[in-house]
Amino acid sequence: MPKLTLRVNRQTHTIDCSASTLLVEALREQLRLTGTHVGCDTSQCGACTVHVDGASVKSCTMLAVEAEGAEITTIEGLADGDKLHPMQAAFQEHHGLQCGFCTPGMVMSAVDLCKRVKAPSEPEVRTWLEGNLCRCTGYHNIVKAVMAGADGMNGGKP
Amino acid sequence: MSGAEGIGASVRRKEDRRFLLGKGRYTDDIVLPDQSYAVFVRSPYAHAGITSIDTRAACELPGVLAVLTGKDTVDAGLGGVPCGWLVKNKDGSNMVEPPHPSLAVDVARHVGDPVAMVIATSKAAARAAATAVAVDYDVRPAAGNLDTATAPGAPLVWDAAPGNICFDWHIGDPATTDAAFAKAAHVVEIELTNSRVAPNAMEPRAANGHFEASSDQYTLYTTSQNPHLTRLLLAAFTLHVPEHKLRVVAPDVGGGFGSKIFHYAEELLVLWASKKVGRPVKWTSERMEAFVTDAHGRDHHSKAQLAVDANGKFLGLRVATLANMGAYLSTFAPAVPTYLYATLLSGPYDFPAIYAEVKAIFTNTVAVDAYRGAGRPEAAYLLERLVDKAARQLGIDRIELRRKNLIQPSQFPYQTQVALQYDIGDYQATLDMALARNDHAHYEDRRLASAKRGKLRGFGISTYIEACGIAPSALVGALGARAGLYEAANVRVHPTGSVTVFTGTHSHGQGHETTFAQLIAERLGVSIQNVEIVHGDTDRIPFGMGTYGSRSAAVGGSAIVKALDKIVDKGKKIAAHLLEASVADIEFKDGQYRVVGTDRVKAFGEVAFAAYVPHNYPIDTVEPGLDESAFYDPKNFTFPGGTHLVEVEIDPDTGVVEVVDVTIADDVGVIINPMIVDGQAHGGLAQGIGQALYEEAVYDSEGQLANDSYLTYTMPRAADLPMFKVGNHVTACTHNPLGVKGVGETGAIGVPPAVIGAVLDALAPLGVTDISMPATPEKVWRAIQAAKAATGKKA
Repeated sequence: MPKLTLRVNRQTHTIDCSASTLLVEALREQLRLTGTHVGCDTSQCGACTVHVDGASVKSCTMLAVEAEGAEITTIEGLADGDKLHPMQAAFQEHHGLQCGFCTPGMVMSAVDLCKRVKAPSEPEVRTWLEGNLCRCTGYHNIVKAVMAGADGMNGGKP
Repeated sequence: MSGAEGIGASVRRKEDRRFLLGKGRYTDDIVLPDQSYAVFVRSPYAHAGITSIDTRAACELPGVLAVLTGKDTVDAGLGGVPCGWLVKNKDGSNMVEPPHPSLAVDVARHVGDPVAMVIATSKAAARAAATAVAVDYDVRPAAGNLDTATAPGAPLVWDAAPGNICFDWHIGDPATTDAAFAKAAHVVEIELTNSRVAPNAMEPRAANGHFEASSDQYTLYTTSQNPHLTRLLLAAFTLHVPEHKLRVVAPDVGGGFGSKIFHYAEELLVLWASKKVGRPVKWTSERMEAFVTDAHGRDHHSKAQLAVDANGKFLGLRVATLANMGAYLSTFAPAVPTYLYATLLSGPYDFPAIYAEVKAIFTNTVAVDAYRGAGRPEAAYLLERLVDKAARQLGIDRIELRRKNLIQPSQFPYQTQVALQYDIGDYQATLDMALARNDHAHYEDRRLASAKRGKLRGFGISTYIEACGIAPSALVGALGARAGLYEAANVRVHPTGSVTVFTGTHSHGQGHETTFAQLIAERLGVSIQNVEIVHGDTDRIPFGMGTYGSRSAAVGGSAIVKALDKIVDKGKKIAAHLLEASVADIEFKDGQYRVVGTDRVKAFGEVAFAAYVPHNYPIDTVEPGLDESAFYDPKNFTFPGGTHLVEVEIDPDTGVVEVVDVTIADDVGVIINPMIVDGQAHGGLAQGIGQALYEEAVYDSEGQLANDSYLTYTMPRAADLPMFKVGNHVTACTHNPLGVKGVGETGAIGVPPAVIGAVLDALAPLGVTDISMPATPEKVWRAIQAAKAATGKKA
């Protein structure tokens, strides 16, 4: 099987990888980074969202070989050691998660939004999260968390 | 309450950190040494004879370990998947209970019915081999949905069920109901469908079975809401391996909503196959596979009549419902349209007479079973739509008609005409609270403002009730349940005073690791940081009946409280010895044992330590250790209720419905963690609004599911929903020690009729009088055009 070198969470990994392996499969099954989840087969649910060169990408829509040379960040690489990223802290503070399955994708997607828009409005958050499905929260507390997380990323209290 | 961590505190959740860091451990995350992978070959037809299965080509592909068929399961003596509830017909005979083979043997009875199981060393190899299994089908006519299954001469799903009738059941008194209708001033009639929905927990189901020859021990990791019940069914019915050789682990589970209550064939098959291939076998559902294999919800068609006197007082209710069971009877399926539906038909109203008939119908579709609310949303939807229609027909305001008929606080305990006895409630209080918070007095201003913007605004109301905390074992046993529905807990105080609680409930989003820890903080004064809640592992937890029907706090929490009582009592005896006082003089408060009226105290931690280091100890009368178990069997159901108000705006040109206000006031009993309770309400509301406006699992007459992915099944998204205004008015449950009722399902039960009521209110000026769920833009637009055409004709 061909070898592939991936940069994930500031570390370099060389893995065996076929040409048809999806990025999410490489992350979950070969690097055992199981925080990135698979919730559908049609790129609708967003549970597999990671950052590729800083931008959110559904890792089920990308072949692993396409990610070679890019800087990939998964949910496992977001916190600073023991210290939660402000977006993670905001999700806890505002009860933005219940079963936790959509959460990694939600958080990664939200961080990308808040890097692009300093203080997103409620409609901006709701529209941005179009590609991330949650079945538990009714999105109410996720929206609150993302807006608070934006404050946190700007140095405020999450 | 005991400060910042006890009952009533919005403590941030203990479990969040692992989920936020990507360290959750879901079933598919688990990879065992020598892991192998299973993929199922499933019937593409709703009804077909299986003429032959040729597995030879598949077996020869690289990495394939085995290809198993229905015949192999028969040869191995595996049991069929059992149904957990027996419902009797009107004449006292048993329902038709067909077999449910784990792999279809001669006939496939719905799209997705498993026909063969391929096991390989990798998922890719298993997928490739599954496409190489050649199955010859003899396609038969199908009873593809309720309409086709109940038509004269319909194809039969089972020869043993003429007319596709599983059971023909009834409740209530037909004679008193007839008498009520005979004296009615008005009779209001309605016919409606409660649409079929797919549960769609975000984590697809998965099962990883591992047989270890060295210990002759089976372990199953599974996405289950109740691992002990799964173990019981595996032991007694399907795998025929005794409990002491079976361990079932439900680790982190990504949502359930009912769909993960049931014992599914895949759980049995991965265990059985693991022994056959000598390696652990893991199956993970794909989403499209989930659409045709997870048990669906709702799918009722009902006709109802309401008898009303000249003053608007309800006299009687008559209901006839057809309920779709699917092709096979899932674990709780027969209970849903009977004891969880028809028993709720009195709603929050004082009804002197009710008679309901329910026919359960087999169709060539995947099973229908409990989905968030399970029967109670169907009852609330029918009743609230009927009450709205009555208000319109009688010319009485919808709110006033409800007020006239709500059960009064002085009437509790209230015995309904359909078996239940409500212990307590205050439906007027929740109605008043919701109206005040919604500022209903100024609704007309909002309607006019919407009209100025070219939008049709509508207001909808639902006053609903539900039954939770399932359930008194003796009662459900008499009604046909084949299991007890108590709950178990073990509270283990460690020598240095920290606590581990083992609960038979299962948390898959509900936050038990926090809520239950708050009970320990409240009662023992131990910080939640020093409490661990363990759930989801049959080897660690004494027993349990799992989480569904909003039962965890009411039944599981009560079991924990019972165990805590034993801990506190034993501690008193130890403290009395240490303090050289009589047990009767010891009180326990704020984490301290005290000789009443003195400053002589022993901290709880000191007593715990003494229990494990019993040097100075009443050893002749008290055993060492501080570890107590309890089982709690509830005395009654609990009865949450409330009022849900919805305002919508409709664009008359496009038919798009926007939910612009949702204000609810619930009574879920005593609240342990308000933040978590509100979150549960939010989620239920989203699912209820989803059913009302967006979601529907559509089977055509041939039994093909028309929408089996997120490309075609509309899940509610963030932009589809508003912020919710959620409030609570508490009346404490009278028969459990915490006074809790349950909150998991309120939103899904209460809100759908309020949404549809709001849509119909908005469209009423145009002459629209009916619309079915989901009220999609197309349906709304067509209703507007049809009404316009009809008005044009009249003019």
